[in-house]
Amino acid sequence: MGNIFSSMFNKLWGVNEEVRILILGLDGAGKTTILYKLQLGEVVKTKPTIGFNVETLQYKNISINMWDLGGQTSIRPYWRCYYANTAAVIFVVDSTDKERMETAKQELHMMLKEDELVDSALLVFANKQDQPGALTAANVSKALGLAELKDRSWSIVATSAIKGEGLTEGLDWLIDVIKDEQL
Amino acid sequence: MSTHSYKKNDDADSSVLPDKMSVYQECLQACNASPIQPKKCRKLLSKLLRLFYSGETFPKTESTSLFFSISKLFHNNDPSLRQIAYLAIKELCSVSDDILMITASIMKDIQNGDNIYKPNAVRTLSRVLDGSTINSAERLYKNCIVDSNQSISSSALVSSYHLLPISKDIVKRWINEIQESIVANKSFQTSSYTTHETNNYNRIPNSTYIYQYHALSLLYQFKSNDKMSLIKMIQQLNERKTLNNSLAQIQMIRFIEKLIIDDSKILVNNQLWPLFINWLNNKSDMVELEACKLILFNANKFNSEQQLHAITTLQSLLSVPRTVTRFSAVRILNKFAIKDSDKVSVCNLELERLINDSNRSISTYAITTLLKTGNIETVDRLIKSISSFMDEISDEFKIIVIDAIRTLSLKFPLKYKSMLKFLNSILRDEGGFNFKNSIVEAIFDIIKFIPESKPIALEMLCEFIEDCEFTELSVRILHLLGNEGPKSENPSTYVRYIYNRVVLENSIVRSSAIIALSKFALINDENLTKSIKILLERSLKDIDDEVRDRTILSLKLLNNNDNLKDAKNYLLPNYKYSLPILEKELSKYVNNNDKSSFKESFNINLIPKISDEEYKAFELKEKLSGKLNEIEKESEINNDENKRDDKNNNGKDSSNSNNNSNNSDDELIVSDITKYTLLQQQYQSELSQLPEINEYGTLLHSSNKFELTEKETEFVVYAIKHIFSKHIVIEYNIENTLDEIILENVNINMEIDNEEYIEQFSLPIERLEPNSKGKIYLSISRPENDNEEDNYIMANIVNSLSYISKDLDSEEGDEGFADEYQIEDLLITPGDFIIPTFTNDFTKEWDELSIENSSVFNLGNENSVNLQETINKLIKNFSMMPIENSEIISSGKNNHTLKLFGKSILNKKIACTVKFAVSSKSVMMKLIVRGEEEVLVEERSNTIE
Repeated sequence: MGNIFSSMFNKLWGVNEEVRILILGLDGAGKTTILYKLQLGEVVKTKPTIGFNVETLQYKNISINMWDLGGQTSIRPYWRCYYANTAAVIFVVDSTDKERMETAKQELHMMLKEDELVDSALLVFANKQDQPGALTAANVSKALGLAELKDRSWSIVATSAIKGEGLTEGLDWLIDVIKDEQL
Repeated sequence: MSTHSYKKNDDADSSVLPDKMSVYQECLQACNASPIQPKKCRKLLSKLLRLFYSGETFPKTESTSLFFSISKLFHNNDPSLRQIAYLAIKELCSVSDDILMITASIMKDIQNGDNIYKPNAVRTLSRVLDGSTINSAERLYKNCIVDSNQSISSSALVSSYHLLPISKDIVKRWINEIQESIVANKSFQTSSYTTHETNNYNRIPNSTYIYQYHALSLLYQFKSNDKMSLIKMIQQLNERKTLNNSLAQIQMIRFIEKLIIDDSKILVNNQLWPLFINWLNNKSDMVELEACKLILFNANKFNSEQQLHAITTLQSLLSVPRTVTRFSAVRILNKFAIKDSDKVSVCNLELERLINDSNRSISTYAITTLLKTGNIETVDRLIKSISSFMDEISDEFKIIVIDAIRTLSLKFPLKYKSMLKFLNSILRDEGGFNFKNSIVEAIFDIIKFIPESKPIALEMLCEFIEDCEFTELSVRILHLLGNEGPKSENPSTYVRYIYNRVVLENSIVRSSAIIALSKFALINDENLTKSIKILLERSLKDIDDEVRDRTILSLKLLNNNDNLKDAKNYLLPNYKYSLPILEKELSKYVNNNDKSSFKESFNINLIPKISDEEYKAFELKEKLSGKLNEIEKESEINNDENKRDDKNNNGKDSSNSNNNSNNSDDELIVSDITKYTLLQQQYQSELSQLPEINEYGTLLHSSNKFELTEKETEFVVYAIKHIFSKHIVIEYNIENTLDEIILENVNINMEIDNEEYIEQFSLPIERLEPNSKGKIYLSISRPENDNEEDNYIMANIVNSLSYISKDLDSEEGDEGFADEYQIEDLLITPGDFIIPTFTNDFTKEWDELSIENSSVFNLGNENSVNLQETINKLIKNFSMMPIENSEIISSGKNNHTLKLFGKSILNKKIACTVKFAVSSKSVMMKLIVRGEEEVLVEERSNTIE
């Protein structure tokens, strides 16, 4: 009861809303780098994530809980433990890794089938655009079969986490979608 | 909602645990909520922890989902919430799956988290890591170990300890950091949470130095196998006086204790003793107590001055206000007083004050200590003060008191009257079996060893069984009455008491009363015999068959008027069987796999008989030395046996067996003899399996083990000499310690320097694998002179080992090469012909032996001679039994006399007194031997090997 009231008040008065966003993707796609680029504005040295990193960042009056879950094969099964109450998923793809595009596609579609994620928006980052041989956003979209998605707001953005390109654009879109849906 | 949860919270204070399932549900809800309410979560988590800490658990799936929910709290940065989340995760780690999910987040917290929860994070991480992830945490741990914040450093050290089972090698790489942290000066970091306490600043210590304790224990894990570096570490730490933490100091004392016990060669020399002085005058009671304990419980390593130093420290601790300290101090003194009551008597004044201590445990120990140290004048007074508080203490303590009284009454036989009076009065008190049993035991002992006490004591026991609820005790008392009653002046008085039992008691008591009664018929008193027969006849129609059987047996024996000898043999045998050996043989017989062996009945003649005289002598000695519990004794014999079996298995410990016997100087004489007998039996059965040797007849004597090599050589060899009437069989035990060499056709080449001995044959080892053991038997014939005495001929045997050596991985056809290995000479000494024997009265035996010979030896410089070691060696080489505890040097004296007794293989007595005189120049030893056989006496006195 109390929760409902307080959230209604929050909405009425425009108080900071907390949203929960997951950053997923295969290992080495650049999830942790994106998280800290967004939070600290700098590129940190990362190690493969055993488990998860979680950071809260303030973005346009909204406080976002960003969950960066490790992408190694051994950790992927536990993604589902964190699906609940997720407003959006950011799926990060290494655009240069053509060989594993198929794996990425499978993981993505399997994830989107989960009940808990039915209402979540999807933002795909076609990452590592700064590197030679990177697929374009359109090609990545094709490879992941994004066109097949029904009943879901989704978008794909070409990014380079190291240079910081495309990240804010993507996030802007995401925030708009979330605001639309929730208010 | 908030008032609701507040109300619910009330019951957290009560003793009722919160409901498991509702806590579970609420936790899941709160942790998954958005946004998170830190306060609420903290309350819920503390409820959850309360469940964990009171032993509740959740099934795996539930605890896993709890784990994942709690992990979601990590996006909230409230330090207190994080702290409690770590506590919860730490508990969940052992029961949940997939705990590695939390790894990255914990590591981040350790790297740049708040100091408030950093220690918790460090501790939790050690639960999360496994063999594959520990590498990634190595840097973190190294940094935390050297952190200047005490809490972080010690949590990292403790966690490293927990990581040892996961990967000892990795933790070993942190050894420099660990060493550094012992020396470093760390403190609590003042944080915003502690600043408001600045007013009380003086009361909060800057550092407790607890990390030193943690670091030291961790270091020990790596150094425990390396004595030299351990000693070096101990010395270094003490030179610089780095250790400020009392737990660390205690730990250090324990390390030293272990060193001293493990290695008999380490003596507390000038290097170590200054440390002890420091510890004995420490500001912490704990450290002082621990040091005293080490010194007094390992008294043979310390000289009497050092022991007195420890006792003085304890003396001052006896009057401190802290109850625990007083208790420990008096407890140590009590234990030490068993061994050396004279030294403790300096504390008598303090101890007497403690009799009225408000803590009954302390007063009990004080009394029992006083009973040990007290002299004949104080006994009565002590007993009076004990009686006054007997009612107030528990059975366990009563037993301690009774045991002390019993030892005391044997020490001061003249005081038996007041002792018995005391025992009698407490015998009437309420109490459990153990309590009553110990009283009865005490009375038994008084009867046994103080003959004057018999009439009073027996009467007391008679009255006791009139109203005794314990069958076992009744049976034992009846047995005693049966043995002692007939010898008393007025036997018929006891008959009434015993017969009452026949009328009133259960069948077990009845049957033992029957036997006791029949014993009264064996004295030459016709009237009594007649009435007893009448009494017995009444039991012929008893409803219980055992009672009837015994009655019939007794009557039958008694009615055979011409020959009461049979009856005496059956009813009043004057010997006992050696019970441990009987037990062993019986179980061997019963557990025999070969069913045909049951065709023959068990041969009781195999069991050695111990005459009553001998048995009593052993018992007296053992009781005086304070060993009181029969059961304890039995188990000790078994332990010894096991220990010895182990030793036989790993062969090389022969010298340790010697050390053992001097470590526990209160080791029982009974078990010594039994040990010897058991060992002989084992040898006999081993040897009889060899057809060549089986025909030599009975084994007369087997020597101790003699090492023929150092312990760390390629081949470890020790020999045992088995003496038969016409032969000597030498058993060479050989261990191949090389990893890659196989030995084949291993044999002994020997040359004996006396022509009277003739080598006969040897049984070589065909193949000796790496790291395995084998036995070579070598037989030589003994000279056969008409006069058997002349056959004690000493000789020197030069040995070498011959074998064909092959590489383990060599080809099939490789023939290897023949080699020889020189081992030390073996002597045939007088000791080989002597069997250690116990005697009750050494002085009497000594005076009766006529042939005497003596000689004097100079053992060398005072500093180079360890008297105790010399004595142990003499006992071993002479193969004789030390009498009257003379093997223990009462330290601080310049003179000592060792008394040894034995019998030759021809069953002739031989006795030695060895007098040591220590002067500033040298240690002199005078050896006087007396015996019944001239040759042996002469040989014995001429050499000391």
